[in-house]
Amino acid sequence: MSDEEHVKPARPRQKRPVLYLAEFETAGQIVHAAERVRDAGYRRWDAHTPFPVHGMDKAMGLSDSKLGWIVLACGLTGCSLAFGLIWYTNGIDYPIVIGGKPPFSFPSAVPVMFELTILLSAFGAVLGMFGLNQLPRHHHPVFYSPRFERGTDDRFFISIEASDDKFDLEDTRALLESLSPSHLELIQEES
Amino acid sequence: MANKPITELGEGYLAKPGTTFHDVTEIVSRVTENPAPRGWWILFGLSASITGLLGLTLAYLLWMGIGTWGNNSPVGWAWDITNFVWWIGIGHAGTLISAVLHLFRQYWRTAINRFAEAMTIFAVICALMFPTIHTGRPWHIYYPLPIPNAMNLWPNFKSPLLWDVFAVSTYFTVSLLFWYVGLIPDLATLRDRTTKRLREAGVLSMEGGPPSTLLQLRAAIYGGLALGWRSSHRHWQNYERAYLILAAISTPLVLSVHSVVSFDFATSVEPGWHTTIFPPYFVAGAVFSGFAMVMTLLLIARTVFKLHDLVQIRHLDLMNQIMLTTGSIVGYAYAMEFFIAWYSGNPYERYCFINRAFGDYWWAYWSMITCNVLVPQTFWFKSMRTSIPWMFIASILINIGMWFERFVIIVTTLHRDYMVSAWGNYSPTIVDILIYVGSIGLFMTLFLLFIRWVPMIAIAEVKMVLPEADPHFGHGEGDHDHEHGDDHGHAEPAVAKEA
Repeated sequence: MSDEEHVKPARPRQKRPVLYLAEFETAGQIVHAAERVRDAGYRRWDAHTPFPVHGMDKAMGLSDSKLGWIVLACGLTGCSLAFGLIWYTNGIDYPIVIGGKPPFSFPSAVPVMFELTILLSAFGAVLGMFGLNQLPRHHHPVFYSPRFERGTDDRFFISIEASDDKFDLEDTRALLESLSPSHLELIQEES
Repeated sequence: MANKPITELGEGYLAKPGTTFHDVTEIVSRVTENPAPRGWWILFGLSASITGLLGLTLAYLLWMGIGTWGNNSPVGWAWDITNFVWWIGIGHAGTLISAVLHLFRQYWRTAINRFAEAMTIFAVICALMFPTIHTGRPWHIYYPLPIPNAMNLWPNFKSPLLWDVFAVSTYFTVSLLFWYVGLIPDLATLRDRTTKRLREAGVLSMEGGPPSTLLQLRAAIYGGLALGWRSSHRHWQNYERAYLILAAISTPLVLSVHSVVSFDFATSVEPGWHTTIFPPYFVAGAVFSGFAMVMTLLLIARTVFKLHDLVQIRHLDLMNQIMLTTGSIVGYAYAMEFFIAWYSGNPYERYCFINRAFGDYWWAYWSMITCNVLVPQTFWFKSMRTSIPWMFIASILINIGMWFERFVIIVTTLHRDYMVSAWGNYSPTIVDILIYVGSIGLFMTLFLLFIRWVPMIAIAEVKMVLPEADPHFGHGEGDHDHEHGDDHGHAEPAVAKEA
């Protein structure tokens, strides 16, 4: 698959641009570059860093992650689900006295309520994160660039997508070039 | 990179100054890419053989029934539950290191967290095996789950054994999720390295044959598991939040799991079990044994795979300090149990503890005291905390001691009940012994496979704590030469500032 990708940008056929990919070498450069792209007013763009860089949220102008609310909802569901389950099964559907305790005894329901709260919160955190990030997605155009293989090693990238309203083949290139990237390329796709 | 180990302890740096991002990728990834060293094959051959023996013993056990164990009235719980609690305890260090140390911003954990998390998962797998086979009919293991069934019965939620089912299975699931989330960026690193090799091999293959199918399989597996991770900062933001939340919910979880395990004992009315000290005492013991197991494995892996740059003496020293702390808590709990047995004035309780120390199983009790209380006290001395041979021996002794702790708690209480007519002694059979030894083989096998297939140190997290990761690093020095390619020999100036 990589073979084909490698050849793709060089093939002279009907193609349309999908994104610009600018490569940087240090965390300092990428933060600075992100600030400039943010200030230029782009919306459909991204920074790719091998590890989360401090201060990037602000440099990209991102608002806070919404994940906490998803987890809260899942946790509350888990807690009430456990309570409902124990109350119905032991208290209503098949009440039976064991160890002299009432059929439904709240203190003994606490451990399972706690565990199910945690279990559903954890699923909420992981699946919610996948949902917000729209993962898995194996076919993103950034992968067309062989240089992007170093994006999980020691290189930092800015990608600006052609679907952005402000995207312009000349202006966007000029903006990215002014950030002095170590490499800049236009990724194209056959239309 | 010159191979000079870090000498100054307590420095801000977590990897030695001058380590580049690429070095970290290289050091960790090469373990999964290069052929395994001979040491790995020897260990793997041994572990896999023991696991095979476990398989045969389990087949025999299922065929014959658990009457082949030494358990019998009055000692109905013996090695099986001892092993269960032992393994669960070992599992606790993983989550503790990942979650609690993450919340406390203890960045040195990055050297060991992946390792410890993997250990948790494998330890919990071994732990879950024991109650499953102890049921005698493992094909009915779904009975404790609240599934509507033809008997019209529901599980009894007032039983601590049922809480245990929920606690341990939740713990396993959450640990697995936590581990996998942490792995995603590193799996993407391996994916990209494999794609690169495949691309290079593809170019070569124009002349000499098709690229290796093994490499293609590798790319497909790592690629699939990496979920198309493209290290996007928009993703990192949600990712870091997810990681933080998982850490925050795992912290009470890890405390709850061993507390619930201790409820199996504490909610009974047996002398020696019915005490309120059990939950904290069990949790401290769990952390203690877990750290010891991490230490044992880490020292082996560090030597076999030459990870001295990333796992430094400083990290080992800190782990020994945690073992000293938890070991002292455990020692305190042993003393307090005796004090309460005397102070409560309950004759059964008193008898139980005198019997523990001086009865038929006195040797188990004193092995426990020696290994769990005396051995970690040597870690008061810095020379002992930084001596690799001693910490290796000590970590093994501690786990032997912790096994004896559970054995002592379970067997000494059960073998001398309230009525003299219900007294009896316990001794294991060969089946007990083979299953226990086999579980260690299974654990080691899974662990060795993990080391070869998965980045055993969290690549992205280690990069995050390098001085270079700071956006203000080396400010005003100008950019590097753009064409320095694979040359990672350029030494970054060791700017003395906090990482």
